[in-house]
Amino acid sequence: MEVYFFIAKAVIILLIFGVTLLIATYSTYAERKVAAFIQDRLGPNRAGPWGLLQPIADAGKMFFKEDFIPANASKWLFIAGPSIAMLTACMTSAVVPFGGSLDLSFLGIEELVPIQGIDINIGILFVFGLVSLGVYGVMIGGWASNNKFSLLGAIRAASQNISYELAMSLSIIAIIMMTGSLSISQIVADQDSFYKWNVWRQPIGFIIFITCAFAECNRTPFDLPECETELIGGYHTEYSSMKLGFYLFAEYINMFVSSAVISALYFGGYHFPGESLLAGVLPEGALGHNLLTLIGVGVFFSKILFFIFFFMWVRWTIARFRYDQLMNLGWKSLIPLSIANILVTGVVILLLNN
Amino acid sequence: MVVVSKNPIHSVLYLILTFFTLSGHYILLNAQFISIVNLIVYAGAIMVLFLFTIMFLNLKDDSFVGSRLLYHGGALLLVLTFAGILVVKLGGAQIDVAPEASFNSQIGMVENLGMTLFNKFLVPFELVSVLFLSAMVGGVMLGRKEKGERNF
Repeated sequence: MEVYFFIAKAVIILLIFGVTLLIATYSTYAERKVAAFIQDRLGPNRAGPWGLLQPIADAGKMFFKEDFIPANASKWLFIAGPSIAMLTACMTSAVVPFGGSLDLSFLGIEELVPIQGIDINIGILFVFGLVSLGVYGVMIGGWASNNKFSLLGAIRAASQNISYELAMSLSIIAIIMMTGSLSISQIVADQDSFYKWNVWRQPIGFIIFITCAFAECNRTPFDLPECETELIGGYHTEYSSMKLGFYLFAEYINMFVSSAVISALYFGGYHFPGESLLAGVLPEGALGHNLLTLIGVGVFFSKILFFIFFFMWVRWTIARFRYDQLMNLGWKSLIPLSIANILVTGVVILLLNN
Repeated sequence: MVVVSKNPIHSVLYLILTFFTLSGHYILLNAQFISIVNLIVYAGAIMVLFLFTIMFLNLKDDSFVGSRLLYHGGALLLVLTFAGILVVKLGGAQIDVAPEASFNSQIGMVENLGMTLFNKFLVPFELVSVLFLSAMVGGVMLGRKEKGERNF
């Protein structure tokens, strides 16, 4: 029986991994389509029906391009940079709960199998740890290229990530205080009805968190590390072929994962309005339970896709910040605001408990 | 590797690797929270600042001031002293094993850690935070703009 449980778990982990990569692949296509829509163009429409094969064509192009390592670059670190970026991006989706649990008793598995890579009791800290390590990919790559512009991009990335990580973790503390747990699945389970979604209870925290998520993903308006008008290509100026592809791809995976974390933390994860009503209608037992879980997974993915769209929408709407504006926003607005948010939350929790 | 690398950037990267192994040890000791906080704070924040500073330095300049013998002799002396202390102290030490019956597997988890930190060790904890606050105020004072100074 244990063996079956592990097999089911392995299948779920592989599925999550595959879906992460698939969505990240098609985010590149969606980004260009959204950009085209916003700028009143057509976007990619040559490869396959509606240009749907474009990401595959891009990947093929990336693989067959010349893989060039600059003469004075530090070779190992030059290769390590994109690898670290990709590795940390892929690891984060392990702790995100993509759905409730599956009842696989017909296979002889007595326990419910949760649709989540692993439920560790420090889930949200794990995400932060990996996000903070993700900056090494950019820094090492930028330094190893032995190029002024890459170095400047790397330095910008480092200071930006450090500054916005602080505000991000401070904005999460308010949620942790309300839930009393660091595990993401606990936080999701706590928002089981529509009015209990954290976005209603923590609107300021949500705004701070999503701003910092943009900054951590190096997306416009915070894409100063790659800022092509000032720094040519920023940290990936010297990169070509699939190493460049890894950097760009890691950005899309990060975008997917941060959308997933945003929807799990603030938008109730796989919960949806009318869930208990639907649970009453569906048949009893394993079938109803599984159906409800699958609908929850679908709802969760539609929330994720909405946030990915939101990321793109912002990218093509808002112009890039200047560097001192970025630092002022991070240190002088977001961090004091999130500390005030923690204080207010603490006071309210104390008042409600007495 | 941290010490013998010629290139300071490589030293920093090896130090980050050391922090990873340290976190692995914490996980083996069943202290997940401390392990991940170690990663976030040291590997994720402090070492990034280290790298940040070292990247600005001119790495071509490896002038070595003073005599090599003095440096190496001093290092050897320090290492020998430390090793001697270790041998003397650990030589007679007994390795304690936690009793199996009363061992609480949840001892390193967040809840227990918080309970201990905020009940038993509240005063030292608050004192440390005051220490950090004074360090931060000092840092801000040093970095403060003088009257009339413009940076850009």
